[in-house]
Amino acid sequence: MIRVVLPAHLRTLAKVDGEVELDVTGDATQRSVLDALETRYPVLRGTIRDYRTGQRRAFVRFFACEQDLSHEQPDAPLPSAVAMGTEPLLIVGAMAGG
Amino acid sequence: MSGVRVLVGTRKGAFVLTSDGKREQWDISGPHFGGWEIYHVKGSPADPERLYASQSSGWFGQLIQRSDDGGTTWEPVGNQFSYQGVPGTHQWYDGTPHPWEFARVWHLEPSLHDPDMVYAGVEDAGLFRSADGGKEWQELPGLRCHGSGPSWQPGAGGMCLHTILLDPGEPGRMFAAISAAGAFRSDDAGETWQPVNRGLQSEGIPDGDAEVGHCVHRLAMHPSRPEVLYMQKHWDVMRSDDAGDSWHEVSGNLPSDFGFPIDVHAHEPDTIYVVPITSDSEHFPPEGKLRVYRSRTGGDEWEPLTRGLPQAHCYVNVLRDAMAVDSLDSCGVYFGTTGGQVYASADAGDNWAPIVRDLPAVLSVEVQTLS
Repeated sequence: MIRVVLPAHLRTLAKVDGEVELDVTGDATQRSVLDALETRYPVLRGTIRDYRTGQRRAFVRFFACEQDLSHEQPDAPLPSAVAMGTEPLLIVGAMAGG
Repeated sequence: MSGVRVLVGTRKGAFVLTSDGKREQWDISGPHFGGWEIYHVKGSPADPERLYASQSSGWFGQLIQRSDDGGTTWEPVGNQFSYQGVPGTHQWYDGTPHPWEFARVWHLEPSLHDPDMVYAGVEDAGLFRSADGGKEWQELPGLRCHGSGPSWQPGAGGMCLHTILLDPGEPGRMFAAISAAGAFRSDDAGETWQPVNRGLQSEGIPDGDAEVGHCVHRLAMHPSRPEVLYMQKHWDVMRSDDAGDSWHEVSGNLPSDFGFPIDVHAHEPDTIYVVPITSDSEHFPPEGKLRVYRSRTGGDEWEPLTRGLPQAHCYVNVLRDAMAVDSLDSCGVYFGTTGGQVYASADAGDNWAPIVRDLPAVLSVEVQTLS
């Protein structure tokens, strides 16, 4: 079970409070977690990853275990603490704008 | 009893303002989608309870929201806008080729007859259509793929398709306007397009007969006379009497012919409204006086409408999609400002009063006349 923390706007869209818990088959990677997240909450498609490129949107960041994972490859394994569910993957709206 | 519903898009959410036909007391709901930019909200002429809203943010991209109960509840629908084929390039600000990239939906135009059919004008300029209430979107690529496309350049606000007009008299005829490419017409329901910019003169375009490259800010038509079009261009207020085939200037005695919105009285096809703005470098009203100008002669002769509007120290702007009219017997006129005010006149512009004063910057105003 993977724990994911969404930014406030996406929690509102997905109609969830607090953390999201996901069952991910295979290795826990950014791609597999986001695939599972979007399957559970189709409304989030296009809000975290660009539809056309599949890449992380520019002002969205991925943090976990006090690390910035935003520039990791989508298929790189997430930290074991995230894979084991002891730490959440944080999806964060970058501090920008006004 | 008759009434009106004013749909307001702002930088930080949508608001729905409702009143009875007197238009004196208002109920205000919102913000809907608080914190998101709402470029446009518009209702279906065929089913007033069906509304569409364009919701976007620089962080999380584009969403389309749909309401089937007049804006009380909303449901996100489809948000995938993919250009057909290999999109190619247009010109960037510096004249270099730049790939066509979807940024946001500026304008939603529901069909006149089918609540499930809706058009979307997007940045980078393209026209999309949904036939299933917004769930799936397909591009009508004939516009973007017009031969002049690679030469289009963005205006200061981006290369946006901001105006879509559907001709109620001639099935299949529609108009679109792009900043800064110009006005276009289709006579086959959006399959193919031709530029309709003859007669426009634009500073910065050396070729006086340039087919495209004009910074059209807004088009308007009256449904009873759709061959007559009005245009607020970057500079100049223009009129066409032949469905865009040719244009002539009708700026007349306006204090400035720079501005963004233009609209037509619901019952008088020759009565039109603009909001003059000082210049392209000073986006606020001349002399700090917020004045709507009305022409009852289809242009050229203009009168200022000031009663109830601030006539000192006012430095707001009125954006291109932020003016609308209702169709009650005494035509109501509405506009929103970048200062967050929404003004209404229940007597065709003679007298004005704010419905609300302190919304976020207003991006769009639409009105539904309810029976």
